[in-house]
Amino acid sequence: MVKITVIDREDQPHELDAPTDMNMNLMELCKAYELPVEGTCGGMALCSTCHCYVQNDFELPEPSEDEEDMLDQAFFVEDNSRLGCQIKLTDDLDGLKVKLAPTAG
Amino acid sequence: MIETDILIIGAGPCGLFGVFEAGLLKLRCHLVDSLPQPGGQLTEIYPKKPIYDIPGYPSVLAGDLVKNLMEQIEPFKPGFTLGERAESIEKLEDGRFKLTTSRGTEHVAPVIFIAGGLGCFEPRKPPISNITDFEDKGVEYIIKDPEIYRDKEVVIAGGGDSALDWTIFLANVAKRVSLVHRRTSFRGALDSVEKVQYLAKEGLIDLITEAQVVGLKGADKLEEVVIKHKTAGEKSQKTDHFIPLFGLAPKLGPIAEWGLNITKNAIDVDTRDYSTNVPGIFAVGDINNYPGKLKLILCGFHEATMAVQSAFKIIHPDQKLSFKYTTVAGVNGFEEAAA
Repeated sequence: MVKITVIDREDQPHELDAPTDMNMNLMELCKAYELPVEGTCGGMALCSTCHCYVQNDFELPEPSEDEEDMLDQAFFVEDNSRLGCQIKLTDDLDGLKVKLAPTAG
Repeated sequence: MIETDILIIGAGPCGLFGVFEAGLLKLRCHLVDSLPQPGGQLTEIYPKKPIYDIPGYPSVLAGDLVKNLMEQIEPFKPGFTLGERAESIEKLEDGRFKLTTSRGTEHVAPVIFIAGGLGCFEPRKPPISNITDFEDKGVEYIIKDPEIYRDKEVVIAGGGDSALDWTIFLANVAKRVSLVHRRTSFRGALDSVEKVQYLAKEGLIDLITEAQVVGLKGADKLEEVVIKHKTAGEKSQKTDHFIPLFGLAPKLGPIAEWGLNITKNAIDVDTRDYSTNVPGIFAVGDINNYPGKLKLILCGFHEATMAVQSAFKIIHPDQKLSFKYTTVAGVNGFEEAAA
């Protein structure tokens, strides 16, 4: 179990207990805590509704080409943009802080 | 006006399979979908993805599952109204429902199945605060008539096939086309990418990469876009049109206004037959909500099957329904499509 902070679109931080032994990703974690993340495509990197910004200096695995392609359909993409569904919850992520990106209209 | 027994809103896997189960009970179906082709999410979002939890298929590509479903329901000659969004429902004096689409096509049926998945697919709108002020005043999400861009300044945003294709097409129509994309690489078809790069090199279009459109300005209509470059910062550019092409995303849409009980963007149903609070309207698949709901295709197949049994009782209140296995009775299709 690690601690991950998710800052919602109203700038409210939520400190979440994240299990690392359940093969979960960050999008699923947010949904489990009923944070406003749609996860429309179910985690296939096909909808960009789990777009978020990594707030602190973390060595995350590089995004795949699929993830980069999907980020092309997201808005306000920054260098620290990621899709939550492509971030697997592992013990290395203790202390990770992410902010949810604005949703498309 | 189209008349049928069961009008199915949504031509995804659950809607399609509903046609089969209805056909076994000699009920005719007509499907309405906002997308131009059947299959829903499977065709639109992930046709090449394998699905592993369809009973009897260790693995099947989403696109192939749709193809198989279309083959399976072919004997029952379903009708289709595609590329039109189900807009409004009204109850007629004879107890049937009339559904009108975005293009005004009217459908009448005693029973409606809502198999709308996540809703209708609509263009993604960039979250620029004043973008709605400029809709149809310079901002278009879909290109309906390319002629309106003749001799105009046009800014297109996006990095996929539609952004590339329209950039290439409008390069010959508009006065000037600028394509704004957040990366230097594109995910579109290789020859389109090469063509766009060629046009940029020849100075026939402006290719602005590592940049995004972040603001819109104008009095009565769009006059400028604000483009934010990754390193060079923000700058305004005069334009007549801004066309953001960021793909499609599902929205519940008009269904929310039909008097159905809705929880968290899903329609509440009774799990005995997946009926809604409005008698005669059922909801199956991803669009419904009940305790323990799982958004799985296989669950949607079951839901559609159960809903058809109750639909039969509404459509033929005087007839007794006798359940038959397909192994016993076979599949007896309809001779012809409905008139």
